[in-house]
Amino acid sequence: MAANNKKKHWYQYLWIWSIVYFSLGFFNILFAWLGMLDFIIPLIFAIFGGNKWFCNNMCGRGQLFWVLGRNLKCSRQKPAPNWMSSKWFRYGFLAFFMTMFGNMIFQTYLVFSGAESLRKAIKLFWTFKVPWKWAYSTSIFPDWVAQFSFGFYSLMLTSTLIGLIVMVLYKERTWCSFCPMGTMTQGICKLKAKK
Amino acid sequence: MARRKANVNESSCVACGVCASQCPKGIISIFKGCYAVIDTESCVGCGICAKACPANAITVNEVQEVANGSK
Ligand code: SF4
Ligand code: SF4
Ligand code: SF4
Repeated sequence: MAANNKKKHWYQYLWIWSIVYFSLGFFNILFAWLGMLDFIIPLIFAIFGGNKWFCNNMCGRGQLFWVLGRNLKCSRQKPAPNWMSSKWFRYGFLAFFMTMFGNMIFQTYLVFSGAESLRKAIKLFWTFKVPWKWAYSTSIFPDWVAQFSFGFYSLMLTSTLIGLIVMVLYKERTWCSFCPMGTMTQGICKLKAKK
Repeated sequence: MARRKANVNESSCVACGVCASQCPKGIISIFKGCYAVIDTESCVGCGICAKACPANAITVNEVQEVANGSK
């Protein structure tokens, strides 16, 4: 990844994990739960360490954009418009993302309570339904566990697709300038640094 | 004597660390997860960090060396 001769660490290969993650979810949606690691680990670093070590060193998604954009030259490498990394857009996108996350939890609750039945589909860009039946038949888990998987996988795939689009159009890691996890962890770090 | 140095705009930096991973001199660190800090003394002004930054937060500028009055 780096352009220099610094020693390579295992965590610099986590972009492979990003690909593995989406592949696993293609075959069995329950693997979507593993994506929670990408939510919890950065928060642990931010809350307890007061740093963005996750973003800075071990985020597989950021690395994937770099590998595709820089190493495989899939990016135009043009500066993104400044509003894309502006505070109002970053926090606005974070708010939107959290709302959608909440909605996903609510859908899970509806299945849990029996008000709705499990829908074996993923939703891209919060709009387009894509059938995903093959990835789940039955398991030892209750239906809500699968419903969460479909919802969470949709969220992960949608955000990666947005990231890929801005990677092609702008810089390799333009996604990182408004990534909700990046915004959230930086926000936490700033609060901690003030103390 | 004029030299080129990279400069971080702290308020637009998103602390992603891309610059730090790319700097050939390894002189960029992310201060407490808030923004990037460059060791300006050792910066050679190559601009690799600025090219990589997704938030347009780094500029490379000419700086006048004012030391010893040799402007
Ligand atoms: S900003 Fe988001 S995508 Fe980028 S390194 Fe951080 S968590 Fe990963
Ligand atoms: S200009 Fe070059 S040497 Fe200076 S901080 Fe940026 S990458 Fe490092
Ligand atoms: S690449 Fe840009 S936004 Fe990211 S840490 Fe460096 S200066 Fe900040």
